[in-house]
Amino acid sequence: MSAPAVRPLLDRRPWTFYALTALFVFYVLALYGPMLCIYLLSFQDLRGGLVFPMKGLSVHWFVDLFTQVRTGDVKGSFDRSIKLAVLVTVITVAVSFLAGMAFRRRFRGDTVVFYLMIGSLVAPGLVLGIGIGLLFQFFHLEPSWFTSALGAQLSLTLPFGVLVMFAVMSRFDRRWEEAARDLGASSWQITRMVVIPILLPGIVAVALFGFTLSYDEFARTLQTSGSLNTLPVEIWTMTLNVTSPSLYALGTVTTIVSFIIIGLCLGSIAQMQKRRALHKASH
Amino acid sequence: MRVPKSLTSWFYVSPLLLVIIPFFVMPIIVVIAASFMQGDGFGGILPTFTWENYQGVFSEQLTWNLYVSTVKFTVLTWFFTLIIGFWIAYYLVFHIRSELLAMGLFLLCTVPFWTSNIIRMISWIPLLGQNGLVNMALVGSGVVKEPLKVLLFSDFSVVVAYVHQLTIFMIVPIFNSLARVDKRVVEAARDAGASRWDIMRRIILPLSRSGIALGSIFVISIVMGDFFVVKVMSGGNSASVVAALFENISVLQYPPAAAHAVVLMIVVVIMIGAILRTVDIRKEITQ
Repeated sequence: MSAPAVRPLLDRRPWTFYALTALFVFYVLALYGPMLCIYLLSFQDLRGGLVFPMKGLSVHWFVDLFTQVRTGDVKGSFDRSIKLAVLVTVITVAVSFLAGMAFRRRFRGDTVVFYLMIGSLVAPGLVLGIGIGLLFQFFHLEPSWFTSALGAQLSLTLPFGVLVMFAVMSRFDRRWEEAARDLGASSWQITRMVVIPILLPGIVAVALFGFTLSYDEFARTLQTSGSLNTLPVEIWTMTLNVTSPSLYALGTVTTIVSFIIIGLCLGSIAQMQKRRALHKASH
Repeated sequence: MRVPKSLTSWFYVSPLLLVIIPFFVMPIIVVIAASFMQGDGFGGILPTFTWENYQGVFSEQLTWNLYVSTVKFTVLTWFFTLIIGFWIAYYLVFHIRSELLAMGLFLLCTVPFWTSNIIRMISWIPLLGQNGLVNMALVGSGVVKEPLKVLLFSDFSVVVAYVHQLTIFMIVPIFNSLARVDKRVVEAARDAGASRWDIMRRIILPLSRSGIALGSIFVISIVMGDFFVVKVMSGGNSASVVAALFENISVLQYPPAAAHAVVLMIVVVIMIGAILRTVDIRKEITQ
């Protein structure tokens, strides 16, 4: 047997393609399957338990979730989590954008800043939370969700935001900026009219990371949120003492919020890319 | 007047530093300081220097067991996330011919990352429990006679939850480094008579090294620093370093917890440092 003289037709797939397709399908099923299970189970009626088979079909556990005292202050923590996530998103977008601009060229001490950022990203959340708690205690400050927890979450979302900014800016062509400068634009005009519009899809991606990381943050928030919980901390308490499907109902509610945010962000990014493609085609 | 370029850059990173210094650098310094002090037993810390906390950490057999358990979970999770993550990324870059479809499938893998980790973790309970779906399927198909007990609240379920949460941290950086591989290099190698195994070993693997390193840093640092997955998914049967530390602070023993934390951070820094010796991560990320 000799090797084929011509390359096999493009349509002939090697066996690895089928093996990897199977792996991919399995991965996606394992990724979404369990989540789908708890969404289904959260719609059981009064007789419902934590496992299949499903008993009845109702929204009993959703009502239970928001009316029962036993499950804790879900409404309040939900409210705080959303407010905190919005605050974190705004700060993350602004600060990551500026830091991304700084890192486009080398400057003295940039390596130190870079590794501080990586350290802040990978530090064990609980340890950082304890440190922030002790620091506040030392300065006689009262920890609360909008001070210490805000800072604790930013120590995670900012490095993430800057990393996303790096990826976005590596595709930015510096010549566009130079062209604008040659045409007499000031640096503020360049930033506002050239850089920001071009980077806007990336900036939306940073916002998506900022919001979802904050909204789901747990380890750094646990020791820093003070007397009022955020939603993930509330869920954590529930996993330890609530054994009814209202836990799943909370999972369904919080995931719906996440999906709305993801949909809005990805949708607007897609919209921008589409408009750009149209714009390019019309020229 | 011309402003020096370095100064402008520092001006741009100053907001970042205004967060990172008070909420990362200073807390870490406080934890290190607290690890050398005495507790008053009521959550307060007395400013007297002592080695006691470290003597406590190093003299307990428990510490050793905790590290063995944590490192075991870290290695298992790292292994499975790497294998699955690498092949998923490879599949998306080299087997999916339409770029739009590849992007769509990539997003499909990414979406759960933007949802709650805790919820994704507890969603394994109705599947893996004694009356869970997996056991129903196993018993129903006659593979096993009795429902398996080791599926939930065991080391198995801990690793499943970790791999479920963290594989994305391998997929994204490996996908990024593979997407940058010039397809013509692979074509040229094939034309020169390289087998598919040669191409994998000599081209793809070396070029995905930085992505693997980056993903490994994420996975290792997260598992080493985790406590809630271990606590919930092992049903209290296994522990980790941070889970023990959490027990310490829930009884207001801050200085011993701080000493544990410092030792843990040194171990993690050594592990990450070893990975960083193999790649220039800074160049990799910012280029």
